[in-house]
Amino acid sequence: MKTGGNGSVVRFENVGLRYGLGPEVLQDVNVSLASGSFHFLVGPSGAGKSSLLKLMYLALKPSRGLITLFGRDVATTPRPELPALRRQVGVVFQEFRLLRHLSAFDNVALPLRVSGARESRIKKHVSELLAWVGLQNHMNARPSTLSGGQQQRVAIARAVIARPRLLLADEPTGNVDDRMAMRLLHLFEQLNRLGTTVIIATHNMTLVDRLGHPVLRLDDSRLIEEAAPESRNNSDSGESDVARMDEYGLNLQQTSETAA
Amino acid sequence: MFNTRSDLPLERDGQGRYLPWLIAFMVYLAILALAGVMALNKVTARWDKGVGQTLTVQVALGENQTEAEALDAALGVLDETPGIAQTHRLEREQVAKLLEPWLGRFAEDMEDLPLPLMIDVQLASKIKPDLDRLKQRLDAAVPGALVDDHRLWLDRLIDLMQAVELLAGTVLILIGLACGGTVVFTTRTGLAIHREAIEVLHLIGAQDSYIARQFAGRALALGLKGGLLGLGLALPTLTLIGYLANTQEQGLLPTFTPGLYHWAAILALPVAAGLIAMMTARFTVTGTLGRMP
Ligand SMILES: Nc1ncnc2c1ncn2[C@@H]1O[C@H](COP(=O)(O)OP(=O)(O)O)[C@@H](O)[C@H]1O
Ligand SMILES: [Mg+2]
Repeated sequence: MKTGGNGSVVRFENVGLRYGLGPEVLQDVNVSLASGSFHFLVGPSGAGKSSLLKLMYLALKPSRGLITLFGRDVATTPRPELPALRRQVGVVFQEFRLLRHLSAFDNVALPLRVSGARESRIKKHVSELLAWVGLQNHMNARPSTLSGGQQQRVAIARAVIARPRLLLADEPTGNVDDRMAMRLLHLFEQLNRLGTTVIIATHNMTLVDRLGHPVLRLDDSRLIEEAAPESRNNSDSGESDVARMDEYGLNLQQTSETAA
Repeated sequence: MFNTRSDLPLERDGQGRYLPWLIAFMVYLAILALAGVMALNKVTARWDKGVGQTLTVQVALGENQTEAEALDAALGVLDETPGIAQTHRLEREQVAKLLEPWLGRFAEDMEDLPLPLMIDVQLASKIKPDLDRLKQRLDAAVPGALVDDHRLWLDRLIDLMQAVELLAGTVLILIGLACGGTVVFTTRTGLAIHREAIEVLHLIGAQDSYIARQFAGRALALGLKGGLLGLGLALPTLTLIGYLANTQEQGLLPTFTPGLYHWAAILALPVAAGLIAMMTARFTVTGTLGRMP
């Protein structure tokens, strides 16, 4: 299951990435993210945030360098074993990428189905999680009939349903107002407290400053690690988390009610 | 294995509308080709068996022998030959009838027209007489006698049948390839249409086989559907051809009633179409997915 706080979940060594014959959009990326950490990935549009995440969720291969995921060298892992690695990574895609023809329920169920879970178990877990994100009345709705915020919660539910060890979110707050954005970020913090390593790409610096987590900054195609910005909270103490949640009026129960 | 629920909206890509008909058409042609070959095969075998057990001896009229003397001499030689079951002299009218296609009806009326004397010989099925010796002895007894074992004619016929069978076999293989090719192209189209959904499945950790199975299961269903449609079209056609063949002059086209083995071969074609479609779809999908990282 989960490794301790000192195990490295993702490690990049001298990673470079180029598309086709173009210039390197990522150069000499060196980073090692500890299990249980929470990072923001920032940088202007086009800086390479999505590209970096794609390398992490194994949608792209680096042009050079070494990537290890949960301690395994991705390049030398045989192809049939990659799906097992991918199942431990939950992804909230930039445009959600919900399957249009499937209901909210079936979209969220997908990660369990591809790993061969039993339908009885799927029914229980998916219903619970959809209720948890406040979509208990929209289980059979197609994504196109849901609002942007609701789709986003379906996408997040799909990313976390299989209890991934690593959660990657690409601009998950891009399409919603600040209030909703804060709610979603707090959802990620809750999952993080349960042990999931979280990386959130965003260009919304206001949110980054408010939440106070360490930052990975992409600048001129290189990655720079920065400490958490000055904020109300740098510790992982549960007390201040609770205090913060109260401050924003954010607990999941309430999220469910207002969203329903 | 194939009853998995589908995560992909495969039923909406239009393949279901035209693929079964393309396959139906190919299976239809394949069944006709196969039935044709099987009928020919049976007919050839019958000719081979029937004609192989008869000889025709033609007695030429020599200058020193009367018709009766020549016949008696020939029959005498034949009677002494082991392996001959029965001899039968063809009457003048029978010979005239045989020649009718060449000489026309007037051959019967021409009393003095010299028609060859023919003896129909049935061979015993077990012992094969020594034809060369028989020819020599007949020639000695009745100079100019001819023994025709129909072999040359039969061999040519059998060569022809074999060529036809080869052709039909090639046609079957080509139809199989065309069936596979059609499925490759429709599956590629399907892959392109469902690319986004496939990519998402891939990224959330679906094995290639999980995705391929959905396409393969659908291809099997469409292939079988097409195969059965083709069978449904071929059966009336075969019945019609059989009916037409029966109303033709008897003997020209010996009647062919398919046996159990023939039915099994014909029914195997729609199943084969389904299996070809399934395997092709599976390989196409895994091949395409293999190019994703
Ligand atoms: N599929 C692609 N093909 C070619 N270039 C790409 C592709 N995806 C991204 N890029 C380029 O890579 C750079 C980084 O893009 P991206 O990772 O999407 O940045 P961000 O997510 O930070 O906006 C950009 O210059 C973009 O044009
Ligand atoms: Mg991006």
